[in-house]
Amino acid sequence: MPKADFNRHGMPSQDAIARGKNFEEVALGYDEETAIEEAKRCLQCKNKPCMAGCPVNVQIPEFIEALRNGDFAASARIMKGTNNLPAICGRVCPQETQCEAVCVYAKRGAPVAVGRLERWIADWELSHGVELPSMSELSGKKVAIVGSGPAGITAAADLARFGHEVTVFEALHRPGGVLQYGIPPFRLPRSISSAEFANIERLGVKIQTDWVVGKTITVDELFADGFNAVFLGTGAGLPQFVGVPGENLAGVYSANEFLTRVNLMKAYAFPEYDTPVKVGERVAVVGAGNVAMDSARCALRLGAKDVSIVYRRSRTEMPARVEESEHAEEEGIHFRLLTAPLEMMGNEKGAVNAMRCQEMELGEPDASGRRRPIPKKGSEFTLEVDTVIVAIGTSPNPLVPRTTPGLDVSRHGTVVVDPETMATSKKGVWAGGDLVTGAATVIEAMGAGKKAAASMNVYLRGE
Amino acid sequence: MYKILATDVLTANSKLFVVEAPHVARKALPGQFVVVVINETGERIPLTIADQDKEAGTITIIVQQIGKTSFQMSTLEAGDTLAVVAGPMGIPSHIQNYGVVAALGGGFGMAAMYPIARALKQAGNKIIGIIGARNESLLIWEDRLREISDEFFVTTDDGSKGRKGFVTQVLQEKLEAKEQLDMVFGVGPVPMMRAMTRTTLPYGTKTIVSLNPVMIDATGLCGVCRVTVGGETKFACVDGPDFDAHQVDWDQLVARQALFVPEEKLALARFEEQRAQAKA
Repeated sequence: MPKADFNRHGMPSQDAIARGKNFEEVALGYDEETAIEEAKRCLQCKNKPCMAGCPVNVQIPEFIEALRNGDFAASARIMKGTNNLPAICGRVCPQETQCEAVCVYAKRGAPVAVGRLERWIADWELSHGVELPSMSELSGKKVAIVGSGPAGITAAADLARFGHEVTVFEALHRPGGVLQYGIPPFRLPRSISSAEFANIERLGVKIQTDWVVGKTITVDELFADGFNAVFLGTGAGLPQFVGVPGENLAGVYSANEFLTRVNLMKAYAFPEYDTPVKVGERVAVVGAGNVAMDSARCALRLGAKDVSIVYRRSRTEMPARVEESEHAEEEGIHFRLLTAPLEMMGNEKGAVNAMRCQEMELGEPDASGRRRPIPKKGSEFTLEVDTVIVAIGTSPNPLVPRTTPGLDVSRHGTVVVDPETMATSKKGVWAGGDLVTGAATVIEAMGAGKKAAASMNVYLRGE
Repeated sequence: MYKILATDVLTANSKLFVVEAPHVARKALPGQFVVVVINETGERIPLTIADQDKEAGTITIIVQQIGKTSFQMSTLEAGDTLAVVAGPMGIPSHIQNYGVVAALGGGFGMAAMYPIARALKQAGNKIIGIIGARNESLLIWEDRLREISDEFFVTTDDGSKGRKGFVTQVLQEKLEAKEQLDMVFGVGPVPMMRAMTRTTLPYGTKTIVSLNPVMIDATGLCGVCRVTVGGETKFACVDGPDFDAHQVDWDQLVARQALFVPEEKLALARFEEQRAQAKA
């Protein structure tokens, strides 16, 4: 057994001032030597608590063992055994609340940097040629996957490996769902996600873009066209608004709109790319989740002078990953905590120019377990802004549920599934990811996609 | 990639394209639209499906040259391709036998108005067709609307064809004369649709307009197309594009449309400069 080592290796990153002006990746990744040194810290616990903390059950001690022994190909193979998108997960997973949270070193504040090692081995594989995994015998069964986000792509990859003919239907013109339109390239370079998707296509998965299921074709029509099973992974793409006056003024964006312009449409390269995006000098982002941090950091990179996160609770309750809020703060994003918007106000042209806010204090915990924000009397003030980005959450897109008779949907608009199998109320239809849970994480969606794929495989092989 | 099979220059500033898009053609209904991206660096723009041929797997779309994308698209010919054609998007127009229906098409709005009017005619309505444009040369599909109209009027702002004036003046006269008019549909520039609202509101005649705000994904994801209708926020892409004109907050629509005008001008100027250089 190696000696206890509490010196977790830091992640090299771009200088905070420099990176605030570009869309290049912030975290630069370990070099080989650092990766091996970090891998040597792993105690190879027999009961593998880290693995239980992973929604897709990556064999963490095993891939780390192979890595530190210098057998990188074996390490990558172990990783790919359960995780189809490791280069993405290594970048966007909240490891600090999953595998790393249950590492025995976590109590001392220095868990093995599982995420950084995952990223390193995945990048090593991408640059050294990816091995095709073992594939099952062809089943002759056809599967339709609706949505090419983390849940859909994971289900697609597993089902292809199980020997089924898989077609993924994507409404947008590039695959990836939230990985494409939502997460900015400085957190997930598009060369990385494109390489991962290309590897999924090498498994035989067909990705059909520009098909809007619910419009171009319905779920029932997919069955009529010969598909034997359908997986719904359409995510939670419908933006929520605060519900205060003035939210439809020009210059008020949903985070989805703002990020879609920047990430999917590459508006940061306007006019080389045709889609524009406009940020004023003073930007307020309402909300404090990862999407809010992404929006604020994009606004800064697009030249805003003053970018504020406006959040009605305190730092403790912020839903963003600590790494994301720290990065945002390092880059110069201001945090106006315990502040809630009351109204957005506009000029004579109908464009937003101010946001009236109110200070809050925290009361007793509410249904979510977080302390409820209570308005402070007489604390109203006006924030001058040119741009407001509303990032308070999203709900499932209703296009598919509305056009699929027999599909049970909760009052929150989420699709109801058997939690063991991810099967919906409709025969032959499974669902997973944000469509089922409401907005959550990439890795949880991937976990749901894997679970559904396993159940679908049993169904298809038995049919 | 989606192949352009045929084109037709309709007016000095509009062009028709027949595009291979069987996935859209087999489902498209009047009032729906597609999202088009012309190339790798292009923006997503909504264009009305002016016609479709299910057997041939084609749709007809018309673009009016307003901004960079529509000018660039107008340089394309049969044999060229579009990078993206996605749809059909939006809720189809509500077609039933209302009785007597006025169908107003303003300029390029005829591309959207014609398929709706044709479906209304097929549903048994008596059609009062009213087509207008700034001048005669900008009228689109006059013959097509005439063919399905029981009564037919042409107006031009400058009087170069038909009556001098606006489409709404014909509507106004019909209403003043208390002629039977059960429903009004109209598609055209915002000022025209807004004028329709002012014209029919005092008479309480139900008026449906097809809105064309800025869109990106057009699947309900981004919300850029939000409009206030009857005090509620609606997404034109998935809740529309047809709305009750009397309920639309027109000031807000105009303000939201104006946000990117400077960027649109910049993109167009840059495109024209590049074209001029390429020619030189």
